[in-house]
Amino acid sequence: MSYEINGAGVHYKEVNERIKATGDSDIFIKNACGHRYLGAGTSGKNITIDGIPGNALGAYLNGSRIVVNGNAQDAVADTMNSGEIVIHGNCGDTTGYGMRSGNVFIKGNVGYRVGIHMKEYREHRPVIVIGGKAGDFLGEYQAGGIILLLGLDTPSDVSPVGGFPATGMHGGKIFIRSEAKFEGLPSQIVLSDATDADKELFAPFVRKYTEYFGGNADEILSSHFYTLTPNSSNPYKQFYCQN
Amino acid sequence: MAINYIPANFDVVRDHTRCIKCRVCERQCSNEVHYYDEELDTMLCNETDCVDCQRCVSLCPTKALKILPNENRFRKNVNWRQQLMVEAYKQAETGGILLSAMGNPEEFPIYWDKLLLNASQVTNPSIDPLREPMETRVFLGKKSNEVKYDSEGDLVLSNTAPHLELSTPIMFSAMSYGSISYNAHASLAKASKELGIFYNTGEGGLHKDFYEYGPNTIVQVASGRFGVHKDYLDTGAAIEIKIGQGAKPGIGGHLPGAKILEDVSRTRMIPMGTDAISPAPHHDIYSIEDLRQLVLSLKEATEYKKPVIVKIAAVHNVAAIASGVARSGADIIAIDGFRGGTGAAPTRIRDNVGIPIELALAQADFRLREEGIRDNVSLVVGGSIRCSTDAVKAVALGADAVYIGTAALLALGCHLCRDCQRGLCNWGIATQKPELVKRLNPEIGYKRLVNIVHAWDHEIKELMGGMGINSIEALRGNRLMLRGVGLNEVELELLGVKHAGTAI
Ligand code: SF4
Ligand code: SF4
Ligand code: SF4
Repeated sequence: MSYEINGAGVHYKEVNERIKATGDSDIFIKNACGHRYLGAGTSGKNITIDGIPGNALGAYLNGSRIVVNGNAQDAVADTMNSGEIVIHGNCGDTTGYGMRSGNVFIKGNVGYRVGIHMKEYREHRPVIVIGGKAGDFLGEYQAGGIILLLGLDTPSDVSPVGGFPATGMHGGKIFIRSEAKFEGLPSQIVLSDATDADKELFAPFVRKYTEYFGGNADEILSSHFYTLTPNSSNPYKQFYCQN
Repeated sequence: MAINYIPANFDVVRDHTRCIKCRVCERQCSNEVHYYDEELDTMLCNETDCVDCQRCVSLCPTKALKILPNENRFRKNVNWRQQLMVEAYKQAETGGILLSAMGNPEEFPIYWDKLLLNASQVTNPSIDPLREPMETRVFLGKKSNEVKYDSEGDLVLSNTAPHLELSTPIMFSAMSYGSISYNAHASLAKASKELGIFYNTGEGGLHKDFYEYGPNTIVQVASGRFGVHKDYLDTGAAIEIKIGQGAKPGIGGHLPGAKILEDVSRTRMIPMGTDAISPAPHHDIYSIEDLRQLVLSLKEATEYKKPVIVKIAAVHNVAAIASGVARSGADIIAIDGFRGGTGAAPTRIRDNVGIPIELALAQADFRLREEGIRDNVSLVVGGSIRCSTDAVKAVALGADAVYIGTAALLALGCHLCRDCQRGLCNWGIATQKPELVKRLNPEIGYKRLVNIVHAWDHEIKELMGGMGINSIEALRGNRLMLRGVGLNEVELELLGVKHAGTAI
């Protein structure tokens, strides 16, 4: 039995207080409707949410697992340190801002600036898996980690990614399932076809995705993927002159 | 190439009758200016690389050295100053953005120097701080403006907003580990604890060794989120969201990969050698409502136990921005003036963007009062507070406390050579090179920081006593204690002070 919180008519502050106060690790929140910061900074909780949580779901998440049976809004997993977030729907802007570790799985589409400032450090390697399309500025300033964009509902000759992906990117990898040509990539980004080694790297996350949301992992993996990587971890060095 | 020849800024003058060729200067200069010529059996130098940090001068055992301005000058031209010509040459050669360090060194009005303080005579006599208790303690955070009584008529303490308690209205401003050394951070942390004040991690995360100083630490969250995680947030006494910095308003931070060595990398939680880029905007903040979201997410994650500071640069519209910030849920607003120091900033931005802190503070304080929200927040100002009287004048203009950065570094030995961006600081401050870092002994450094703040605190008490004020709270926003000299009407009006010679 999990600890149940009914979000209807209850302020987010109280919902969060109850999440933190309960000794139960399994928590079920029903009637979520715009409640912000759900699960922020928590560890060791297993939170299931029915409805639509508000902005900054799982911000600074420190090891908990959050499953949303619906859409989520902006700033999901902001500065997340570890744990897992699974969204059975679409997700808003800046998902995974500054995320350092843990995994975020989104069944559908995401908004702008997803994965911005995502970084990795030693054994910490954040991963964002997006089943659908992504808005503009995917992986902006990305400094580490993996963004995997599957574009499952997009015809293979249409790019599932919005404008200006990888702007300012200086670390990590973006994998995009598509055959459509890319235009307008910044000069420090190298675009290549995903290799077998690349696929081996992200295959476990594709399998996890299909395990959570359905679909055929082998079929997805047999499609063509692009790899976007930066060619320098110091892209701004040459712009300066000592004075 | 002759066209690229940039004349040395300085002449390194050695008195050879005094020089004993001990080569101390050679070992001390990280810029490799001095060297010994065996054939000539004499000390020579390559003055082009000298930055006038005075390290060799201070350590030469026979006082044989002097650093003077190089008298070889380009033809004098008031419009095309030599500095501008040299910068044009450098940019023509490299195509790069000019990068400098420390605060704006150019000639702009310094309003602190044009403000004079009052003192009591005969009536309302001054207070002798040696005999009477003087209160310089301040509390930063929201102040409740309602008074409640219970049914018995006793006062109910309803203000539960978190506060910072400072023994004196001075804090060390944000300087990241990475931009300054481990030993500099160790000195700041230890001094803050002893003084009962706070230092600020800057945006570089918190080194594990300094977690024990958490109760005296303000942890910063900037757009790059370096080293930000739950323990970090829980450890600090307050959390500062950095929106802007006085030395480089409107642009972000960039710590070059070359400075991200093992320990800095561990603290920032990014790989060694990668650039640490904090872009200008937080890309999730486009409105006060968005700022509020970040403020509240930090409060939510730390259970509303810690005050949140929002730091902004002093720019043209600062009063309106401060008003917005005051409504964002923040407890404290920190405003950084255009003279604020930095470990590295584009020269053009450092020297041309922003406004003086004196005007920004006066206007922000006015605006918040006008709107009846002054007590929603405390105001902390920095950039640049150089001495106790700057601090006292800041309080009289409406500040609750001040941030000092450069003054603290001076206490640690900085000589304002303004070359921090190259990471070769000869005084062991703005460097990560172990052989340079060890020149700053944190045991000595922390005592010097304690000394300077104690000295200022004594001076603040003397000045307050002279004004007949025994609590710093009573000085806050008390512009009647200030008079301007040599200021025009607009300046006086903006500052809200009368000209010297005007009676109450
Ligand atoms: S430190 Fe002084 S005495 Fe020693 S070599 Fe240098 S100039 Fe000469
Ligand atoms: S850079 Fe400093 S140590 Fe080196 S010569 Fe100049 S003043 Fe001396
Ligand atoms: S910190 Fe060091 S490099 Fe920077 S101005 Fe001071 S002495 Fe020079």
